[in-house]
Amino acid sequence: MAELKVTAIKEGTVIDHIPAGKGLKVIEILHLNRPNGGALLLASNVHSKKLGKKDIVKVEGRFLSEEEVNKIALIAPTATVNIVRDYKVSEKFKVEVPDEITGILRCANPNCVSNHEYTVSKFYVVSREPLKVRCHYCERTMEEDEILRNL
Amino acid sequence: MEWKGRDVISIRDFSKEDIEFVLNVAERLEAELNEKGSLDYAKGKILATLFFEPSTRTRLSFESAMHRLGGSVIGFSSASSTSVKKGESLADTIKTVEQYSDVIVIRHSMEGAARLAAEVAEIPVINAGDGSNQHPTQTLLDLYTIKRAFGKIDGLTIGLLGDLKYGRTVHSLAEALAFYNVELYLISPELLRMPKHIIEELQEKGVKVHETSDLEGTIPGLDVLYVTRIQRERFPDEQEYLKVKGSYQVNCEVLKNAKETLKVMHPLPRVDEIHPEVDKSKHALYFRQVFSGVPVRMALLGLTLGVL
Repeated sequence: MAELKVTAIKEGTVIDHIPAGKGLKVIEILHLNRPNGGALLLASNVHSKKLGKKDIVKVEGRFLSEEEVNKIALIAPTATVNIVRDYKVSEKFKVEVPDEITGILRCANPNCVSNHEYTVSKFYVVSREPLKVRCHYCERTMEEDEILRNL
Repeated sequence: MEWKGRDVISIRDFSKEDIEFVLNVAERLEAELNEKGSLDYAKGKILATLFFEPSTRTRLSFESAMHRLGGSVIGFSSASSTSVKKGESLADTIKTVEQYSDVIVIRHSMEGAARLAAEVAEIPVINAGDGSNQHPTQTLLDLYTIKRAFGKIDGLTIGLLGDLKYGRTVHSLAEALAFYNVELYLISPELLRMPKHIIEELQEKGVKVHETSDLEGTIPGLDVLYVTRIQRERFPDEQEYLKVKGSYQVNCEVLKNAKETLKVMHPLPRVDEIHPEVDKSKHALYFRQVFSGVPVRMALLGLTLGVL
């Protein structure tokens, strides 16, 4: 019944099963809080059978593509995405860690050129389980704990 | 693979075929150079050497290689005499320099600097060392030296000795050797072991890897002993450096049980890890290794310029 705690949306995207506490970060990464955008709803610490507690984000008037949503895979690998049209779920998918991560992650190596010069950060996913990425510039690898600290 | 205009940034960008191709071109150029004295493949072309960090061998051998190809060289050997001092970005420096030259060689203290330079520049960029990350031309000349000495790389037993933790040279060399059928002995003090992710990568590629601290016990089985300096400047902690400083020294006594054909290599500069008495022995290959820098860099300059 968790969904009823926030209003149902007519057209837009619902991102469910976000690990509790990560909802705001999801909004930030996907730029959902633009002043001219549609209504944005965040439910935090909602009871979940699967996760114990979870966050839910609903955004009205925007249909997020799989590619866009995959950007949140690093912080919310459990998330599921529902595209809503006329109050009904018209499409449903799970987030997947993409092969390349661009722009949202900072390199943990303080001597990496990407931390000193103007660049768009880029990482290659070396392994998904456990999560490991390699910096396009300095070639250093980062594991899950370092990745989360540098998002 | 189209070589004209290609950047040389990381040994990771190379396939085995690429490596073999460069080594073959280098061998051809070395023979041509011996025969003719000088070549003119790069006549009218200009190399810019941007050394933001000091270097003796790498810079001089790139410059020598370009001159031997008949081209000319501009550049600087310290960032302090450039607009970088005024706060100019690396990207702007590269965009400026490429207006004056046909190929850029860069050494920089920051990891990833060469990759960034290559993204910004329209002309080819060759990495001559980016912080503690990559130094691909050193790796290629190391492979070239081994191949010239033994006629092959496959089937050799190779020992890497010294700072296997921080040394970029041994990391790249190990990664490149993984293309070949070799057995590797990683000889270092406990504190300076090769990073686990590199060992795992080597094992995944089927290389037989042994880790040990015992130099003398390992020497009799080796075809090549690749010695590296323990680099004070890469240690975050002086205390750690002092603990391992001078852990090994290769001298004639240590080499007495070596195979007749064992070759000792070193990327240089050395401090005290190889005694000068070894220089005159049949084992010393490190000055020949320095020489290899020229034909290998001639090959890379010529190929990326598209003049060979």
